[in-house]
Amino acid sequence: MIVFILAILLFLIGLYGVLVKRNLIKIIIGLMIMEYAVNLFFTLVGFREGGTAPIFSEGLSDNVFFVDPLPQALVLTAIVIGLGTTALMVSIAVRIYEKYDTLDVRKIRKLRG
Amino acid sequence: MRGMTLIVKSITQLMAPSILLLGIYIVMHGHLTPGGGFAGGILIAGCFVLIVLAYGSEEAKSEVRKWRATFSESFGIFLFWFLALLGLIQGTYFFYNIIAKVNTGQPYHLFSAGIIPLCNIAIGIEVGAALFAIFITLVVFKVEENL
Amino acid sequence: MLTPLILLLVLMILGAIVALESKDLLSGIISLGIIGFALTIIFLILHAPDLAIVQIVVETLTLVILIAAVLKTTREDTTEKLDTKKVLLWGAGLIFIVVFMLTAVKALRHLPDFGLPTLRMARVYIDQGFSITGASNLVAAVILDFRGYDTLGEATVLFTSVAGVVTVLRKVGRKKS
Repeated sequence: MIVFILAILLFLIGLYGVLVKRNLIKIIIGLMIMEYAVNLFFTLVGFREGGTAPIFSEGLSDNVFFVDPLPQALVLTAIVIGLGTTALMVSIAVRIYEKYDTLDVRKIRKLRG
Repeated sequence: MRGMTLIVKSITQLMAPSILLLGIYIVMHGHLTPGGGFAGGILIAGCFVLIVLAYGSEEAKSEVRKWRATFSESFGIFLFWFLALLGLIQGTYFFYNIIAKVNTGQPYHLFSAGIIPLCNIAIGIEVGAALFAIFITLVVFKVEENL
Repeated sequence: MLTPLILLLVLMILGAIVALESKDLLSGIISLGIIGFALTIIFLILHAPDLAIVQIVVETLTLVILIAAVLKTTREDTTEKLDTKKVLLWGAGLIFIVVFMLTAVKALRHLPDFGLPTLRMARVYIDQGFSITGASNLVAAVILDFRGYDTLGEATVLFTSVAGVVTVLRKVGRKKS
């Protein structure tokens, strides 16, 4: 139970970073922390005490105790999608710096280019 | 972006084929051991990224061009769609595992599990080429102002 | 079993606080790397080797991309003065975090205990996965045979993000007329 609360605390720290910080790179870091926290929480829900990794091999007995494989499949998809999102955000940040010469969100809002 | 010192270049010459071989191994054995198409594909991209980082961007601009990476990525995802549509052509539903019902290989060996290794190869090609295209665009080519 | 997990989670929370509050952007990104690698060890403790392999390679490549971005732009955070607006913002953020946390604790009591999931949907996958598909790796069988549409969507999302990156960083912009 306490591990769930710690995972949600990590998510809230990332949310604080997105809402309060003013540098664009800090906002991107906050989004990545939120994504790590959600993947971690989802894997924690599917854990089974005393189980092993869900891979068959030769010479294994018939009823083995497996960890839940369904959340692992969904988190695998989520990690790779997070990589694509991060790459696009970083390229937009580089382009904004080339055009406005600053990475401060307040100053970018005032200029209309 | 300049290259690195002579020590790094020599070590890269030795290590890069091993990394490529490890990536291909993880892709091919995706249905037997942990890994699969995504992890192996990113490792294959990592091998090419290592070569570009060690030898500098001047050689990268002349040897590997950007359109080759995007062409390989489009080819990979086209192959994945083709494998998924094979079920429709056969007469059953989308994404049907047709090979597993025709001649099943032995379990725990390399030739088993029907269409799954072929899908892993297609995804490995696509993910590797996609990540290499992202790296080349961000690092090697300079962004210029509006004309 | 539970103690290494809690220690690693506390390390991740400390790393997150350092990553967001540091003045130098490069140190912040390296702290982000600490969080990612601690997550890899947590995945190994939770018996998920597929996720550990994918997480470590994705983390390495993300660090390379982020360091390339920071070296192309400025290297330090913008200076912030301490005035009343900023203190009000911090106070509102703290109140929001406390309220969210209390609601989340109330909602988490309805989940099954940690270590005893209900396995309603995965019972069929575990019992018949090997005989239907013939693959030894159950996670690969789930993502490519039972849930192939999700993998198709994921490949499309990656393709779209690469198309976006190549378009945004073009050389020729819009002409000013």
